[in-house]
Amino acid sequence: MSYAATHDQHDDHHGAPKSFFQRWCMSTNHKDIGTLYLIFALTMFFIGGSFAMTIRAELFKPGLQLVQPYFFNELTTMHGLVMIFGAIMPAFVGLGNWMIPMMVGAPDMALPRMNNLSFWILPFAFVLLLSTLFLPGGGPAGGWTMYPPLSLQSGSLAYVVFAIHLMGISSIMGAINIIATILNMRAPGMDLLKMPVFVWSWLITAFLLIAVMPVLAGAVTMLLTDKYFDTSFFNPGGGGDPVLYQHVFWFFGHPEVYIMILPAFGIISEIVPTFSRKPIFGYKAMVFALACIAFLSFIVWAHHMFAVGLPLGADIFFMYATMLISIPTGVKVFNWVTTMWGGSLTFETPMLFAVAFIILFTIGGFSGLMLALVPADFQYHDTYFVVAHFHYVLVTGALFAIIGATYYWLPKWTGNMYSEFWGKVHFWNSVIWVNVLFFPQHFLGLAGMPRRIPDYNVAFANFNMISSIGGFLFGASQLVFLGVLIHCAFFSKKKAADRVWEGARGLEWTVPSPAPHHTFDVPPVIHDEELAHGDVHA
Amino acid sequence: MAAASLALASFGGVAYAAPHPWQLNMEPGASTWSRVPYDLNNISLAVCVVIGILVFGAMFVAMFRFRKSRGAVAEKWSHNTMLEVVWTIVPVIILVALAYLSTGGLTSWADTTGSQMTVKVTGYQWKWRYDYVSYLGQPIEKVGFMSKLDQQSDETRQLGSGMDPYAVKVGDENTYLLNVDKPLVVPVDTKIRFAITSGDVIHSWWVPAFGWKLDAIPGIINGAWTNIKTPGTYRGQCAELCGQDHGFMPIVVVAKSKADFAKWLSEQEAESKKAPPPPAPFDAAAQVAAQRG
Ligand SMILES: [Cu+2]
Ligand SMILES: [Cu+2]
Repeated sequence: MSYAATHDQHDDHHGAPKSFFQRWCMSTNHKDIGTLYLIFALTMFFIGGSFAMTIRAELFKPGLQLVQPYFFNELTTMHGLVMIFGAIMPAFVGLGNWMIPMMVGAPDMALPRMNNLSFWILPFAFVLLLSTLFLPGGGPAGGWTMYPPLSLQSGSLAYVVFAIHLMGISSIMGAINIIATILNMRAPGMDLLKMPVFVWSWLITAFLLIAVMPVLAGAVTMLLTDKYFDTSFFNPGGGGDPVLYQHVFWFFGHPEVYIMILPAFGIISEIVPTFSRKPIFGYKAMVFALACIAFLSFIVWAHHMFAVGLPLGADIFFMYATMLISIPTGVKVFNWVTTMWGGSLTFETPMLFAVAFIILFTIGGFSGLMLALVPADFQYHDTYFVVAHFHYVLVTGALFAIIGATYYWLPKWTGNMYSEFWGKVHFWNSVIWVNVLFFPQHFLGLAGMPRRIPDYNVAFANFNMISSIGGFLFGASQLVFLGVLIHCAFFSKKKAADRVWEGARGLEWTVPSPAPHHTFDVPPVIHDEELAHGDVHA
Repeated sequence: MAAASLALASFGGVAYAAPHPWQLNMEPGASTWSRVPYDLNNISLAVCVVIGILVFGAMFVAMFRFRKSRGAVAEKWSHNTMLEVVWTIVPVIILVALAYLSTGGLTSWADTTGSQMTVKVTGYQWKWRYDYVSYLGQPIEKVGFMSKLDQQSDETRQLGSGMDPYAVKVGDENTYLLNVDKPLVVPVDTKIRFAITSGDVIHSWWVPAFGWKLDAIPGIINGAWTNIKTPGTYRGQCAELCGQDHGFMPIVVVAKSKADFAKWLSEQEAESKKAPPPPAPFDAAAQVAAQRG
């Protein structure tokens, strides 16, 4: 049976199909699909970024200068949806697609055709979502969280719900594929506890995705039936409860924030040992911490809802559970720092982004701990303090990890070295301006500026202007990134070695650069000392 | 000198009733409870700063001592049980302390018993309604009114108005987007219970000087309390996205001495006897019907 299947596909084992349509639209190759995901994510990153630039331009000074308040709400809503579902998540799926088979010694993803489908759903989902901006009545304007009754006032709700269903289907199929690949396709000798931490992080993330994307789908479907089919799930006039939506949404939403950060933890756990030339400290603790965080993420959802008037007991439970998460998260940070201790460090661009990640993500973690304290959250909630918090976690956290991973594996993908000089220009500009952008937002929140407002009192003017300047320059810095990517892929003359980085360990570095269209047709023989793990045998 | 007074103001030397330029930190507030979030904020911030200095400090030491360019040779170890136990246990102890403080503060916040006055707060797109329910055990008849953005802010905030937000002032204070046509008037040194609800979408009633915000949700009546220590004007804003004018529904609370408040209240009652205000337009079914229409 398996012989026949291999024989049928024998043709494309020699290289990529020649025709553009065949190669990209009909691809079943994990590397090409990974590339598609990454290009899609980058495109969405710039679209979502242009929304952010408009937001920061309107907030540059008090008074409305550029947009009407309703359009401002469309911008914040779309910025959130596009960045979360269009940029961060597909970028991680793209990285997983590219690297997981190569890291576990598999020839491809377990379900290659489904892989094609899960990618090609996404462009349709986002065309549907973004088209609402051009329809009469405008796009969704109730925030990415879509709380009813407000979200039910939007005429484009049906479009948004359908787009979210498509994204959910795509994510679930991607997650199934990743689980099937990791559990079934590892090369002989690649035991679970020898897998790179990045692969572990994706395995756990995939289970989170399968668990919560259907919950989101359920929540938005109830919105849809409340609006169009006369149900009253969230309508108090019919015996429903608007708070029910928030419970269901955040049961999805909190695991979702870990879906966006666990693969980032995995990436940092690859980059730091490589440039420290030392195995990761506490491999098993790292894996266990990932699993702990994933478990806890299911029992903390109401920390987003301390201001809705929960019973005292619920407030206390969710506060304690949330505080607990800082333990495994702390373990991860301590382990990264200890991995560096006693190493032999160099600071190429991927390492710079990893170091910035560790510091800035931890700052986001600190504000997260402060937010967990319910009485303090009564003040922080729905202010710019929260905006600063989750942008530290998602921009200097998830996004920095994605950018670091891109620099780290780009030579393997393209066969060329990127320009280290321009990589560093990109890094230093990003890290400086992102702090100018987001750090003052802590002050704004503490001084009492609510989030999601298009205009503000003059007392908030100074820090908003600083934040906007940081925002414009951070945005402009990302054009440098685009330039580095294009240069590396098409113009760089400097060929990459197979083991691109001196300290790199793991199977992906044993194949040629660029990675040929098909790798590991024959399962590799695993030599433990070539793997990235640390203390498996300790 | 200016910098010193700025720092003093930022860290709690002066009680402000409204945000001020370059403000860096939360304010201790003006109610008997509002120090709770303020103290928790400062304590947890201090804890984070100390941990941050230790962790980032160790990291910077590593980054300088163990550079390859300085000839560092990588060691081989990747495990140390003692270290791992220590950095699991120590954070647990810190968390228990923070949890203890938070739980105490939260429990006192949740206790609305023994209040001497009740005010019903209703959020609408995009204004607030205040109905006085009772004061010192006496029911209050027909004192209630809408409270919406003041006219000067409203004209200035229009897109392309050409008007200057810095010119919107009451006395010396800039009140752009933080002023209303008719504020909520309450007495000081009185435990006031708020019954908070909404007539359409979810809003959130927030005056930072009282130390909390609470969502106004249709179909639900949320309870909270405050006990204001000093007379003054306290400003806040709607804190839950509620549609296009979410940024333009401020909250202003004027706290008067008990005697002044009693005088104000009897004036209001007398006025309402002359011309009874229209009944509160809250009607959930009609609202929903309107939304669907
Ligand atoms: Cu959460
Ligand atoms: Cu509101």
